[in-house]
Amino acid sequence: MSVNYGSKRITTGARYGLRDWLAQRITAALMAAFTLLVLVQFIFTSGPVGYEQWAGIFAAQWMKFLTFVTILSLLYHAWIGIRDIWMDYIKPLGLRLFLHVASLIWLIGCAGWAVQALWRL
Amino acid sequence: MTENARQRPEFRNINAISDLPNYRLPAAGWVSILHRVSGALMFLLMPFIIWMFDTSITSEISFASFSATFNAGIGFVPGWFMKLVALAIIWAYLHHFIAGIRHLYMDTFHAVTKEFGKSSAVATLVLSLGLTVILAAKLFGLY
Repeated sequence: MSVNYGSKRITTGARYGLRDWLAQRITAALMAAFTLLVLVQFIFTSGPVGYEQWAGIFAAQWMKFLTFVTILSLLYHAWIGIRDIWMDYIKPLGLRLFLHVASLIWLIGCAGWAVQALWRL
Repeated sequence: MTENARQRPEFRNINAISDLPNYRLPAAGWVSILHRVSGALMFLLMPFIIWMFDTSITSEISFASFSATFNAGIGFVPGWFMKLVALAIIWAYLHHFIAGIRHLYMDTFHAVTKEFGKSSAVATLVLSLGLTVILAAKLFGLY
């Protein structure tokens, strides 16, 4: 860890520690608030929750807006967390870079799918 | 003296099989590693979570097949196994959520005493496991 510049620069590090630390917490707070919002609507539905009630929670435009923000928050939050895991346990640079790229593909693909499901509603 | 210093054991490389089972973690240590484990679990099961979201909101018909997956099963996978997977996600979400709130609280109020670290860690474990048990009973139709 002594030399981290020039040809010795670790290209698969975090680089922006504080920004990611803060982003991790802000996205967490957004997702926690969204969880409570869905939970409250779920609990205050009268009668048994069938398809109409469940899909109805996400059908309103303002809920789609917030769900979309939550999906993007999840994408960023999970990226920071998973990248931390790879940086802690995987030392060989090539393998770490591969896992970073694989995680990004996994996360971006999942986010696209979630947005597609949301916007079809 | 120098002889003693030289013979002091060093643990630079932790062997996952021979060393980790002997580790005795305090409650905060368990919350910490389980925060990581639950996050990784949700990362790996993300397609399943989105599949549940997709099939449950898309249409009345897909909602019915969503329900059937957890009762009659899907393909060769029985319904109870799907419920177990859903329960694993429920636990992971609860633990990650509560441990995350603990993190945010500690950051916001500079609550970093040793006592608070322990008591809040125990509260996190009791709450997340307790709620998981309650929801498991509901999921498997005990009430």
